[in-house]
Amino acid sequence: MLDFISQPWPWYVSGPMIALVMLLLLLSGGNFGVSSTLRSTCSILGAGKRVKFFDFDWKNQIWNLVFVCGAVVGGWVASTWLNGNHDLEISQATVESLAELNIAFSGGLVPESLFSWEHVLSLQGFLVIIVGGFLIGFGARWAGGCTSGHAISGLSNFQFPSLLAVIGFFIGGLIMTFLLFPIIF
Amino acid sequence: MIGILFGIIMTKSEAVSWYRIQEMFRFQAFHMYGIIATALLFGVLITRVLKYNTYKSIDGKPIQFQDKQRSVARYLLGGIVFGLGWALAGSCPGPMFTLLGNGFTIFILVIASAVLGTFTYGLLRDKLPH
Repeated sequence: MLDFISQPWPWYVSGPMIALVMLLLLLSGGNFGVSSTLRSTCSILGAGKRVKFFDFDWKNQIWNLVFVCGAVVGGWVASTWLNGNHDLEISQATVESLAELNIAFSGGLVPESLFSWEHVLSLQGFLVIIVGGFLIGFGARWAGGCTSGHAISGLSNFQFPSLLAVIGFFIGGLIMTFLLFPIIF
Repeated sequence: MIGILFGIIMTKSEAVSWYRIQEMFRFQAFHMYGIIATALLFGVLITRVLKYNTYKSIDGKPIQFQDKQRSVARYLLGGIVFGLGWALAGSCPGPMFTLLGNGFTIFILVIASAVLGTFTYGLLRDKLPH
């Protein structure tokens, strides 16, 4: 059994499991939307005193903060006990496209030549780690949600604004991948 | 507990992988589209059932769905900014936390930058189109 779930999961298992997470969150009185925890964090750090947007009762959001702490623990559980030492297998076309940009693929989850403490202060490392994170936080709040809140929860509820947001996500992602990556890397 | 399940799903599905996100934006594999499509298929069914029946969550309150505020600019422009970051950092807010648990400690800086980005949005909110 443990061996069985230690394999990489195919998409037709993973997708329904994500929907199950949404169901469990709804049944527990919450909802599925991760990026709002970033707003709560600002509020906890005292941003509400200076900026009205962060002046709200974050204690109602504790369930979501517990959820993201669980997401950290889940990553640890999966990598410690459910890791069958399977390398990532991505499409050969992607390996080749990235090789043209001098980004090596070694079978790990992220390119370690970019995401490591030594590379934070290199230009490319700074861009992917610091600028990337900043754009995610800024954009998610401006759009009122991220992949979980819009692409899964919002589209599941046939929300037209969420469709617009997801179209925006892809416009941004395609601009980055096809126009900016060749300049950055 | 639900968070732990989510972290395990995100890791085993490989949706936390920077490479998988690149594969998606380059349209070179069906993997991420399959995940999103099947999540949505079941998500729509779950939402339909919960929305048109009166179910209560475990805290005794009825389960309600809020409609998103009507607007075009904020979703499209905010979405584009998010998408730029999603492709660059190769992770969205959920996976950032899960990658931290996977031992990629550098993601604490990605999360800190995302918090800073959220704070900056709060500062500029009145000046941005919504």
